[in-house]
Amino acid sequence: MRTEGLYALSSWSDMAYLLAPRVFLVFGLLILPLVLDMYWQRVLCAAGIYALLAIGFDFLAEYVGLVCLGGALFVGTGGYISGLLNVSLGLPPLLCIPIAAVSGALISTIVLIPCLRLRGIYFAIVSFMFPLFAVFIIIALGVFGSTEGISALDLLPNRWFEQYIILALVLASVFSVRRLVNEDFGIILRGIKDNDQAVRSSGINITMYKVKAVFVAALIGCLGGAYLSHLYGWLGLSLFAMDFSILPIAATVMGGMGTLVGPVIGAFILTPMSEALRGFGQLRVVVYCLILIGFMVYKPEGLMNYLERKYHQFERWEKV
Amino acid sequence: MDRRAQALLEVRDISKAFGGVQAVNDVSFALHKGKIVGVIGPNGSGKTTIVNLITGFVRADSGEVFFQGKRTTGLPPHKIANIGITRTFQNMRPYHSLAAYKNLIVPLNSPRVRKTAGGKLGDNNSVAIDILEEIGFERDARVPYKTAGALPLGYLKRLELGRCIALRPEIIICDEIFSGLSMSEITTMIPLLEKLQMEGVTIMMIEHRLRELFRLVDSVIVMHFGRKIAEGLPEEVMRKDEVKRAYLGTERKR
Repeated sequence: MRTEGLYALSSWSDMAYLLAPRVFLVFGLLILPLVLDMYWQRVLCAAGIYALLAIGFDFLAEYVGLVCLGGALFVGTGGYISGLLNVSLGLPPLLCIPIAAVSGALISTIVLIPCLRLRGIYFAIVSFMFPLFAVFIIIALGVFGSTEGISALDLLPNRWFEQYIILALVLASVFSVRRLVNEDFGIILRGIKDNDQAVRSSGINITMYKVKAVFVAALIGCLGGAYLSHLYGWLGLSLFAMDFSILPIAATVMGGMGTLVGPVIGAFILTPMSEALRGFGQLRVVVYCLILIGFMVYKPEGLMNYLERKYHQFERWEKV
Repeated sequence: MDRRAQALLEVRDISKAFGGVQAVNDVSFALHKGKIVGVIGPNGSGKTTIVNLITGFVRADSGEVFFQGKRTTGLPPHKIANIGITRTFQNMRPYHSLAAYKNLIVPLNSPRVRKTAGGKLGDNNSVAIDILEEIGFERDARVPYKTAGALPLGYLKRLELGRCIALRPEIIICDEIFSGLSMSEITTMIPLLEKLQMEGVTIMMIEHRLRELFRLVDSVIVMHFGRKIAEGLPEEVMRKDEVKRAYLGTERKR
């Protein structure tokens, strides 16, 4: 059987043609910390967190059919667990983050399981509710530092490490999720999105698959949250802020739904843009929305799909 | 009683109402291994509801379904599919974003197939393509690699059947698999079903295309307003007055 892979390996120029965008993305991201000043380096780290959330959002929305506004839930759970482990048990951040990512993802997934029967907008509404819910619980019970939060968490070793670890996480997530959606597991998820009844009559337990998919997205999100709490050395209610649920959607719309790389690019454009617009003061949101609306009207397919189409229109460098 | 013991699938006094509508009313019948049974009846007579009841997509109000003597009523659809009962859908929706052969990856990953293949299948993709080629997707024309959403209706119907075959089922329930197909498309479909029957698969066919159906079936069940009004050989059944009335309407008393 001739596979697409065999075509790709047929010549050096073809390989270069395929690899160029990937190499460009990877090196582009890796060079960024070297050319930015300290303020923008911080923005880069924040953008990385949004990029992680956007990957999770895109994965669930486009490949499983669950529009999940639980970004804030993931960040909050991951961030709080990691911070609390650090403060109460004195574990180093580099141990806290992975533990928090896995346990946070487990908790988020269990919380979301009862809602998995819902589809589309209904799942979105319910998943949007949970972070708000968590905030009220923390305030009402007065636990985990209540409204004050907890400060003086251990920080990551240094600012270079801070930046490169998040970039590495983003790249690892993009490429592994992209691989995942083309594995049999991902094919089944896409089947569930297209026609869940047919999947059920093929002997597949769709709830189990949805649970696993949510776990993947939650794992990526909680990783971002856990990292965030150690980036600022602080945890508080703003970890459950709506931004973490909303901005990933904007990034996905801008970057191109279903491309997985697009949302990353979107996040790395939108986050700095949001920072740059601080000069507008109160008008910031208006300008921000105008840019988004512009994208939705003029480039609804998203940046990534547009660029991909343009790229494939290039003549290939073939010797005749 | 011994006849019942031999039945592969037995539906016993099953009923289902949706609100005030009694969709299926006290229906019993049995499917025997390797037979093709047709289910006919006017629109709204409860045919598809019976399929939904057997495959677990709809819960019965009363009555039971037995597969090889084991009760399947109340099991979720995926468990019933894993026992070996699968179905096609009347309103076909393939996994339209996937290539045709990737559509079969889903059933090939079911616990049933994994188990019967001894946990190892080899390459799922090539298994899928082999199945598709068997049901008339020309490999040379690269049809199996086309996106399912772009395939014409005839292929989609066969793809639907292919999804069932990939599960290696005991029973396939075809819900109006001929509808919307041209005569020539149906004539390519019929050998596929006959081949399945030869391999020992039991087939239940819900159908409106009676002439084509009668070429295939061993017996038919006639439904009307949720009740089974006749069962037997096609020619016998069609001679019955109730059946004529159900299909052609009552003659006005003069």
